[in-house]
Amino acid sequence: MSKTTRKTRNGATTTRAKRIAPQNGTNGNGAHVSTDSDVVSRLPVLKTYKIYVGGKFPRTESGRYYVLKNPATKEPIANICDCSRKDFRDAVVAARAAQHSWASRSAYNRGQILYRIAEMLEGRSQQFVYELVEQGVDVSDARAEVALSIDRFLYYAGWADKYQQVFSSVNPVSSSHFNFSILEPTGVVSIFAPENTGLLGLVSTIAPTIAGGNTCIALASNALPLCAVTLAEVLATSDLPGGVINLLTGKRSELLDPFASHMDVNATIYCGDDAKELGAARTKAALNVKRVISYDRDDWTAREAQSPYFILDTQEVKTTWHPVGV
Amino acid sequence: MSTTEANDVRLNFGTDWTYAPAPESTSHVKLKDRYDLFIDGKFVAPDKGKYFDTINPSNEKKIAEVASASGEDVDRAVKAARRAYDKVWSKMPGKERGKYVYRIARIIQDRARELAVIESMDGGKAIRESRDVDVPLSAAHFFYYAGWADKLEYAFPGKKPTPLGVGGQVIPWNFPLLMAAWKLAPALATGNTVVLKPAETTPLTALKLAEILQDADLPPGVVNIITGAGETGAALVNHPGIDKVAFTGSTEVGKIIQKALAATKKKYTLELGGKAANIIFDDAPINQAVEGIINGIFFNQGHVCCAGSRLFVQESVYDTVIRKLKDRMQTLIVGDPLDKNTDIGAINSKMQLEKIQQYLQIGADEGADVWSAECSIPTSAGFWCRPTLFLNCSQSHRVVQEEIFGPVLAVQTFRTVEEAIERANNTPYGLSGGVWTDKGSKIFKVTTAMRAGVVWANTYNKFDPTSPFGGYKESGVGREGGLHGLLPYVNLN
Repeated sequence: MSKTTRKTRNGATTTRAKRIAPQNGTNGNGAHVSTDSDVVSRLPVLKTYKIYVGGKFPRTESGRYYVLKNPATKEPIANICDCSRKDFRDAVVAARAAQHSWASRSAYNRGQILYRIAEMLEGRSQQFVYELVEQGVDVSDARAEVALSIDRFLYYAGWADKYQQVFSSVNPVSSSHFNFSILEPTGVVSIFAPENTGLLGLVSTIAPTIAGGNTCIALASNALPLCAVTLAEVLATSDLPGGVINLLTGKRSELLDPFASHMDVNATIYCGDDAKELGAARTKAALNVKRVISYDRDDWTAREAQSPYFILDTQEVKTTWHPVGV
Repeated sequence: MSTTEANDVRLNFGTDWTYAPAPESTSHVKLKDRYDLFIDGKFVAPDKGKYFDTINPSNEKKIAEVASASGEDVDRAVKAARRAYDKVWSKMPGKERGKYVYRIARIIQDRARELAVIESMDGGKAIRESRDVDVPLSAAHFFYYAGWADKLEYAFPGKKPTPLGVGGQVIPWNFPLLMAAWKLAPALATGNTVVLKPAETTPLTALKLAEILQDADLPPGVVNIITGAGETGAALVNHPGIDKVAFTGSTEVGKIIQKALAATKKKYTLELGGKAANIIFDDAPINQAVEGIINGIFFNQGHVCCAGSRLFVQESVYDTVIRKLKDRMQTLIVGDPLDKNTDIGAINSKMQLEKIQQYLQIGADEGADVWSAECSIPTSAGFWCRPTLFLNCSQSHRVVQEEIFGPVLAVQTFRTVEEAIERANNTPYGLSGGVWTDKGSKIFKVTTAMRAGVVWANTYNKFDPTSPFGGYKESGVGREGGLHGLLPYVNLN
């Protein structure tokens, strides 16, 4: 698929080089070169896929990596950070530091930033399609997934200043008090993004989480990690403050324990159908009465895969009383 | 400041501030000597034939003996609840379900006096509170949720709520009837059936409630009430036949339950401990604030998960507030729970009294100044504790960090709003909080910043069936009360 020619928004054709074994058919310069016998005018500059923590792009502190291969060609695509629990702890520090000011922003502003993410994603949609295809996704599925991911950010951008009105209440208490219940973010959320979708599942879990004023640390799909890293580049250029979304790559089995047991994490979202993993996460979560939300969903394109109830899942209800009188 | 002058006026009530005894009569109370388990609409003897005593904590006399439910009994109750769910309750239209719940509310109101007296006898709380708070709120809770039964689709826009099935509910000893109401009313309104386990030391009003359910002709098995100690509760929570656990109690047990449920598909709500900050700013209405402090910590002997057990006073008014607080505490009457003048009744159990006394020692050992009101307490029998302050506490003191669940208050000072917020939130708990100031913008700054599920501004310890209640952080998961209290009992499709 790396030889596929695509039109970008401004009409220029573009191809992309592979990380480790760039093919001769590309010059990495936007022009397609058709045969191996062509003279390669320049060596493409390859992208290093790093993680996203506190608005920065570090490598894993562990120095470890795993090799992502194109499932069709078995050729290596990239070296992916194999994150450690220390990376997670660093990400929690960043997420906690960012949480209060993120939640304190106006709902309007959070909505605008989510909209900005959708804008930036739209502008780079071809790159995401390309990466999905590289990782073995059918090209039409990839296009649909990217389009839906953009729309999903847009969907939750719209909810940012509305879910409060849907879910909060003024309570008609019998005594002479004004009493109301509003939603507040639960705080820092760790997320195991769905394994079977590289972009849409991740977007479908992080967007409602941050729309509601939480900050998060998400673990990308192990088999389909490229889009998470590229999404981080979108996030970094979308006015989203550093630390609001942190994206890690690595092994779920290894990060399960820290994600669920960390004492400064308020909730864990688990996507998947492994009852043993979920049980282990829920057991660890009891250490600090962490909320565990699990989504066992294969199809994130379905209509039910988006709703304000996904925002509600990482919210707390706060009730305030005040006397009425003089 | 003109208010400073007013705040310096000390009211002189004289030195001989006594009341004649005004005990509530127990003559109309109907109690059996022995109570069996309420399973499938009938009182049945426990499988193992074991009973335990429930005593009056104000005189240590046995009131009745109560069945101890074994694992087999739990199984019987869960099966009865399942049958009732499958055959009757889940098929009944919401409108009809609601009528049963309304009936329960009405009969509680009819028998309010009897229930209040039994509550005070069995649990030690002052009759003033069981009469004016526990029982009327219990009836109101059933009344409120009854009306939801046929209106659930309006509570969850875009969703179709369906019941979960059988709920296992374990409740504490501090508000025995009220907690039963908090648990049963939303569960029944949403179409679930229930097995409820009241606390070991306070089973009687729940068993009286079982009689009320019979009087209401509630279909057999819809509510089953089984008594016993911790093992009975564990057997219920771990029973594979239940779909949902609702627990109110300590954070320690809550975590054990959360862990026990980890590998299951059971849903759960947990209402756990608290260590609420009650913050008094220098621009607060001081006299009202002092009443709020009193109500915050001495309500129900301090056996309240949302008690304002950490007092933060702004330095500039510290001397005034503490002087007035001490003066007010000197007027509190500790004694016979059935006396209508009593402010603070008996501590619920010997075990709880020992725990409080241990903390009194810990507070002193850690360097807090311990001050108690000079009131008299009964000496012949019963479990009693004078209202007490821990003054000059620091944040690291155990009496500041740990939930004591007694009429004892840890006092600290602060200078700025930011400091108050920082210290109020410096706890693993997050159930409730209080703030006292006449400045509206300050109220919203502080109530917004407090990481707690219920915040009282210029008031404290108010409850209402329409008002959601529940904790942030380690104070629990889920809400009870109000529209939000329906969510833990439904699947949303």
